[in-house]
Amino acid sequence: MKVNDAISGAVLVALGGVVLWHIQSFPPMPGQKFGPAWFPGLIAVGLIACGTLLMTARLRAAAAEPLIALPEWARRVRPVLGVGSIMGGLVLFVLVVDALGFHLAASALLIVWSRLLGASWRLAVPVALAATIVIHLSFYKLLKVPLAWGVLERFAF
Amino acid sequence: MTGALLSQAFALVFDPYVLWVIVASAAFGLFVGAVPGLTATMATALLVPVTFFMPPVPAIASIVTATAMAIFAGDIPSCLLRMPGTPASAAYTDEAYAMTKKGLGEMALGAGLVFSVIGGLFGTAVLIAAAPALAEVALKFSSFEYFWLVILGLSSAVFLAIGNPLKGVVSLLLGLLVASVGLDNPSAYPRFTFGNAELAGGLTLIPIMIGMFAVSEILRNVAAMDRPWKMAQAKIGNVFKGMWGLTKKYPMAIVRGSTLGTAIGALPGAGADIAAWMSYAVSKKFSREPEKFGTGHVEGIVEAGAANNSALAGAWIPALVFGIPGDSITAIVIGVLYIKGLNPGPTIFMEKAAEMYAIFLVFILANLAMIPLGIAAIKGAKQMLRAPRELLMPVILLFCVVGSFAINNSLFGVVLMLVFGVAAYLMEENGFPVAPAILGMVLGAMLEEHFISSMIKADGRLLAFFERPIAAGLGALTLAVLAWPLARTWLQRGNR
Repeated sequence: MKVNDAISGAVLVALGGVVLWHIQSFPPMPGQKFGPAWFPGLIAVGLIACGTLLMTARLRAAAAEPLIALPEWARRVRPVLGVGSIMGGLVLFVLVVDALGFHLAASALLIVWSRLLGASWRLAVPVALAATIVIHLSFYKLLKVPLAWGVLERFAF
Repeated sequence: MTGALLSQAFALVFDPYVLWVIVASAAFGLFVGAVPGLTATMATALLVPVTFFMPPVPAIASIVTATAMAIFAGDIPSCLLRMPGTPASAAYTDEAYAMTKKGLGEMALGAGLVFSVIGGLFGTAVLIAAAPALAEVALKFSSFEYFWLVILGLSSAVFLAIGNPLKGVVSLLLGLLVASVGLDNPSAYPRFTFGNAELAGGLTLIPIMIGMFAVSEILRNVAAMDRPWKMAQAKIGNVFKGMWGLTKKYPMAIVRGSTLGTAIGALPGAGADIAAWMSYAVSKKFSREPEKFGTGHVEGIVEAGAANNSALAGAWIPALVFGIPGDSITAIVIGVLYIKGLNPGPTIFMEKAAEMYAIFLVFILANLAMIPLGIAAIKGAKQMLRAPRELLMPVILLFCVVGSFAINNSLFGVVLMLVFGVAAYLMEENGFPVAPAILGMVLGAMLEEHFISSMIKADGRLLAFFERPIAAGLGALTLAVLAWPLARTWLQRGNR
């Protein structure tokens, strides 16, 4: 997604403004000139300056560029499905993994992703199961990362 | 004393487990480097969760080996597909591909391999000689010198890179803003935490880096997945043919590339990709046959190929001595060093001397192992480049998820990974480079600490930042870096 510099600039100016407003509530350091608000304050001023420069440079160029342009791949089906499923899949994963369990969620996610990217069922399913088993053995067993079992709690090994 | 330390270091490295880690990470690095879209930095980010559970020496060895292999292997798809395997090969991708088209594919690959090894060994030699010596000097550094070093690193990342410096500054400021979240500031006041306990300790950097370097690349790959790769040459013969001739023909280029590469690497903030771009430009500038550049001429590949691998070792100099990353790979490494109790700083060569010698040994070993393993990778290039991306990308993504989770055993890490992955993808789409943001995040706390304590010492007088001789020198060097965009224009004008 291409965003016109004028918009990015405006967003940066706004961000700088919000930071400047928010740091007003930071307490001063007793007996010191330089409290916790100093550093973020400098950053905010920098953001406002850069944002303004980006906006003016773009406006001076007077380009008839669209404000927001979709990338070229957005018109093709497979990339859209792929990118969409990655972002949506990750959000869903975070929401359900504790209840469903890592093993089920991960294998399902892998199958969906590789199918949408064009792999055949014959490859997608075994690769998904194998990858989940490798992660189970390496991260859960060897490295002791507490991956959630969820509904499979009874079968935990 | 040194003898005892060396034998300790040998014992640390020549341990079956460590050697096994080195071989495994070499294979991993070669694969990641050879597949376009998977970078050396990404290899490092993916290795971190695994190194978590290793002793210090194998943990560092795996990163050193994997990155050295990946930077070389990035040349393979440059020659065969006209796609750089890592950004460090981008400077001469067109040249390498043109050579393959002319039937000189073996020579291009061979030059990539041989001069990567030479550059890597050169950079290692400088690292071994310079880092301990620099540490002696650094013992006398005060907050003023550290302030300038950090500023130098941040400005190098912004002003030496290709692209719009203004957007680089924006990226840097965003990184610094992220770094100021949490309690870790001189007044220990919880900034931007909004009462959230996960935010009080600051944002954990490893999931952020996995997001910015791995997830964003996966998104980019997936968006181009329906475009198959076409290979220019399928069969590869003897890659060593003519290498001795090239060494005799271009000795200056090799020395110049290795020296410039090490220097750029050692400069905080600038790494292998910038070293390769600069070396390629310098090579053309000083070449006797500049008109041949771009038509499949090996000279620039010799020089820039040596430069990018020497930069890799050079980048460890400021990382070990000052805790200031020389490039985005060492930005991740510094985090690993702290976790492993190898806190970077001028005293590391006294307190952890055996471990430091062991790291130096690994550098030498990795560069030597690159010859046989590199040949194997070149021979197996066809198979590696045929790896089915529709299966590979989901599996890598799952490893990213598990790695981001494993750092704190918290799903918040996965959320951070996704948010910063998408952000990095959008930033790069719009011409905002990602590297300055990473450096800002890594160096933010250090910058603030040294800035505030210097300001307190100087009672707000800015001139005090130039009153100590080394501080003044570093300040001047920073100003030189700020002037680099002008010098680059001069280099390009001469080339036309």
